[in-house]
Amino acid sequence: MTLISALIVLGVLALIFGSILGYAAIKYKVDADPLVDQIDEILPQTQCGQCGYPGCKPYAQAIADGDDINKCPPGGDNTIHKIADLTGREYTPLAGTESDDVAEEVKKVAYIREDECIGCTKCIQACPVDAIVGASKAMHTVITDECTGCDLCVDPCPVDCIDMLPLAQTTQSWKWQLDAIPVKQVH
Amino acid sequence: MAHSLLEKIKSGVLWDFPGGVHPPERKSMSITDSVDTLPLTDYYYVPLKQHIGVYSELRVKVGDKVKKGQALTFSNHNMAVPVHAPTSGEIIEIGEHVSSHASGIPEKTVTIKSDGLDESIELQPQSHFHTQSKESIIKALQEAGITGLGGAGFPTHVKQQAQDIEYLLINGVECEPYITADDMLMRNYADEIVHGIEVLAHLLEPKLVVIAIEDNKPEAIAALDEACKDKQQFIVRKIPTKYPAGGEKQLIQVLTGKQVPKGSPPAALGIVSQNVGTCYAIYKAIYTGEPLIERIVTITGENLDKPQNVWARIGTPVEHLLNTAGYHPEDINAQKLVMGGPMMGFNLHSAQVPVTKSTNCIIAPTQQELPPAPPEKACIRCSDCADACPASLLPQQLYWHSSAKEYDKAQDLNLFDCIECGACAFVCPSDIPLVQYYRQAKAEIRQAEVEQEKAEQAKKRFEARAERLEKEKEARLAKHKKAAENRKKAMQSDPSAQDKVAAALARVQAKKAEQTENNTDSAQSTVKSKAEQAIELAKAKRLAKQGETKTSEEFSNTNDNENASDNKSKAQAAIERAKAKRLAKQAAQAQAENTEADANITGAQNTTDAQSDTKADTKSVAKAAIERAKAKRLAKQAAQTQAENTEADANTTGAQNTTDAQPDTKSVAQAAIERAKAKRLAKQNAQAQAENTEADANTTGAQNTTDAQSDTKADTKSVAKAAIERAKAKPLAKEAQQIQTEHDEANASEPKLEENNDKSLQAASSASDTKAKAQAAIAKAKARRQQSDDNAEMNNATQATHEHVDISSDNKAKARAAIERAKARRQQAEQQTNEAASVEENDHDSEQKVRIKAAIAKAKAKREQGQ
Ligand code: SF4
Ligand code: SF4
Ligand code: SF4
Ligand code: SF4
Ligand code: SF4
Repeated sequence: MTLISALIVLGVLALIFGSILGYAAIKYKVDADPLVDQIDEILPQTQCGQCGYPGCKPYAQAIADGDDINKCPPGGDNTIHKIADLTGREYTPLAGTESDDVAEEVKKVAYIREDECIGCTKCIQACPVDAIVGASKAMHTVITDECTGCDLCVDPCPVDCIDMLPLAQTTQSWKWQLDAIPVKQVH
Repeated sequence: MAHSLLEKIKSGVLWDFPGGVHPPERKSMSITDSVDTLPLTDYYYVPLKQHIGVYSELRVKVGDKVKKGQALTFSNHNMAVPVHAPTSGEIIEIGEHVSSHASGIPEKTVTIKSDGLDESIELQPQSHFHTQSKESIIKALQEAGITGLGGAGFPTHVKQQAQDIEYLLINGVECEPYITADDMLMRNYADEIVHGIEVLAHLLEPKLVVIAIEDNKPEAIAALDEACKDKQQFIVRKIPTKYPAGGEKQLIQVLTGKQVPKGSPPAALGIVSQNVGTCYAIYKAIYTGEPLIERIVTITGENLDKPQNVWARIGTPVEHLLNTAGYHPEDINAQKLVMGGPMMGFNLHSAQVPVTKSTNCIIAPTQQELPPAPPEKACIRCSDCADACPASLLPQQLYWHSSAKEYDKAQDLNLFDCIECGACAFVCPSDIPLVQYYRQAKAEIRQAEVEQEKAEQAKKRFEARAERLEKEKEARLAKHKKAAENRKKAMQSDPSAQDKVAAALARVQAKKAEQTENNTDSAQSTVKSKAEQAIELAKAKRLAKQGETKTSEEFSNTNDNENASDNKSKAQAAIERAKAKRLAKQAAQAQAENTEADANITGAQNTTDAQSDTKADTKSVAKAAIERAKAKRLAKQAAQTQAENTEADANTTGAQNTTDAQPDTKSVAQAAIERAKAKRLAKQNAQAQAENTEADANTTGAQNTTDAQSDTKADTKSVAKAAIERAKAKPLAKEAQQIQTEHDEANASEPKLEENNDKSLQAASSASDTKAKAQAAIAKAKARRQQSDDNAEMNNATQATHEHVDISSDNKAKARAAIERAKARRQQAEQQTNEAASVEENDHDSEQKVRIKAAIAKAKAKREQGQ
């Protein structure tokens, strides 16, 4: 008798807790960020296509599908580490380099030598983030703030008037040098 | 609770903050009886942004005469305050000037040349501020350009907009060594400070105003006590001397026992704090109407004869201050200048750095006084730094993570709570510049955040663009479809439309008859793109056959015939290029003919050479641009040809790499001889020309059909225009006008050939489009004619480079050798051409050399970049 009542009690308890858990699972369902979006978040969004895909999102998709994680040069080492952490895969140095201490590339932006531009609009068509303004047969120029430095506009330009210039450092972007002012007792 | 806290504060209870250090003060040397006003200097450098917040816009320009106190900038943004002219004079420059920032990176600065009169604008005091609205007072503070003078430079009026303030803390602590600016101010201007505080109190309506002064400044305490003696609400509180008690968070903790939560302003606790210097500036702004153009600066250090405090105008170069104080550096080159205190300040890069609103001290120390930083040693984990940290952080852990660039971990340890006070570095027995590591780490993190933001932005823009392109494509397709349907409908319903088409066909046929072409294919007139393709195909086939059956010599001859006979037709040149391309392909299929193909390519290019218009060239930018455009395209084509067929590429490269070897030299020589032959032949050979232009004319016909269908007018116009241009540019054109027209037509339609058929069909349906295209084509053709020889050469050079990159991208020396060879070969060929045909001019030759050099340099640069 005791055995049966114990079983019944336990069974009822199990049912109650089970239904609570089941309800909670539905009610508080977490919309987990799909892996692709998470990877896309990590990628630098330069949209340069150097990874061999037509943009960062496709590459994120490809990584999720099992492609190598080391194909994005603009992201560099940091990005690879982050993706390795996220996907739980082995870190591999950037494709085409041996060690993981690749020199960090200076950030560049495109600059159009405006008096040489013939206004062919080819660069506009190439720019993945619409960072170039101009009209047919009129001078073109790059919106520096929007330019991701992807390089894609340089090649299509028939007159080679686009340069990739390193971004000028400002007091905002300056990274401190290591020089302390020591205060020591003099006497 | 709050009440009891108020009671506690009133009764004089003080709290303490953790950590803290006691660096040598060295304040006494700059204490004097009074504060002198610095004499005027010649030039003032006023940086446009001297506060935390946003940039304001300039409201003056170079050459403007300004008066003392005149605003130089304006902004409607709440976080922006203007800067003002420190004296009267003329604006002589608005540009970059070394900044009063640790980096010294130049910032936008207005340079004013003083006229020595120091004329002021008319000031508008508001001493009856009690009767005015708070908004207007806050506005007045903003317009007076008042920011926190304690160091950070936070716009004062923003703080004064806070609501429900219980405590107004006035910071007269001045805990940094050396600095006595606030001390001197309090001693000499206590009444004015209290007036300023009254303004603030009026705005904030706090329950209590606490003026905090470290106990090492008894004179200042006495002066303020005196000034506040009949103010119930004001308390002057003496606090124990300990660095960094003057930090906002630390001061709040000392006076109220409250800790400011991370990421929220003190106003959230009902507390606002202001520096005494700021209070004085507020007094000036409200009671006299004078904006913030002057502040007290301590000039001190053992390399000065008369360390002192001075009233310095904002924008005064540091040099002027130093000279006033009797600056005598031991070694001008090794002299260190520190702006700010020794704990939180930074070394100056130049004595031309201007005084800004947040400059409180300039130190010119001797070597002994502030010796260069001793070498950094390894951390011994003594934890002295943690004991000293006023923010209760773990400096040594932060240091580990910062130096290892593990910024996320550093952030987890509350890196951003660090106030960069330098206490940890001060106590560190290993002389580790801890603060610098934190600053660096913070900068990196901020940068990463900015980049993250930008990446987000880029992603959005990328997606927006993709969407837009998709929409455009759909719209285009829909339009096509609709247009096709409409046409169909019109054809079926309206017999006159059919008539029109028939008329158009008739016109086309008439034109063709004119062109002495009888092989009009009726299919062409209706199915344009198909016909075009068919012609291309047929031509290709014919050429292929030729390539197979004829010997290389004969073939080159034919090529040259074409070129020579209508040596102005660039359509022909384009076709030739296509031929060359095809031949390169063929070459891969028939290995035996590789050398021939190569010879042909070279021959074709060299022929273009021979065609060259040696007309003196106007060196307009446009022309140069077009020249480059052409060169680049040809180079690309060459590269493409190689890319299309690696086998052919390898072979061609092989041929080029052995330029000195016999077969190639032979082929070059052949090319030259052929050209000579071609020239001779061209004079008599009209028939060959007709034959060669046959395919061309067919294409033209096909194009004309489209044009006729859409807008014959535009086409005719463009043709006529082209003819005129051509006639102008080409005195050599003694050929029949008919042939001329023919070629121009070919020219006009050429870009369409190059373009995707579908697209060109669409484009042709718009009259203006056709016109524009025709004009573009003419411009192109013209440029090509004028520059073709240079292009061919550039092509040679670039081709060599490209080939080289393809096969052995790592070997620079080889690439250079290849370029040299290509150059040599070109010159050789040219020489032979000169001998055989004697059409080239000497100066032209030298000019070409210069150009080819430029081209090679460019190609080289590009290749290196690519590597
Ligand atoms: S290589 Fe370029 S396109 Fe590819 S993921 Fe990196 S930034 Fe994006
Ligand atoms: S402007 Fe050029 S470099 Fe910049 S994003 Fe656009 S295509 Fe890339
Ligand atoms: S591609 Fe070059 S020439 Fe054409 S519009 Fe852009 S910058 Fe100007
Ligand atoms: S600099 Fe930062 S870590 Fe060092 S003592 Fe000051 S607050 Fe603490
Ligand atoms: S004081 Fe210097 S040596 Fe000591 S634990 Fe801190 S960082 Fe290390």
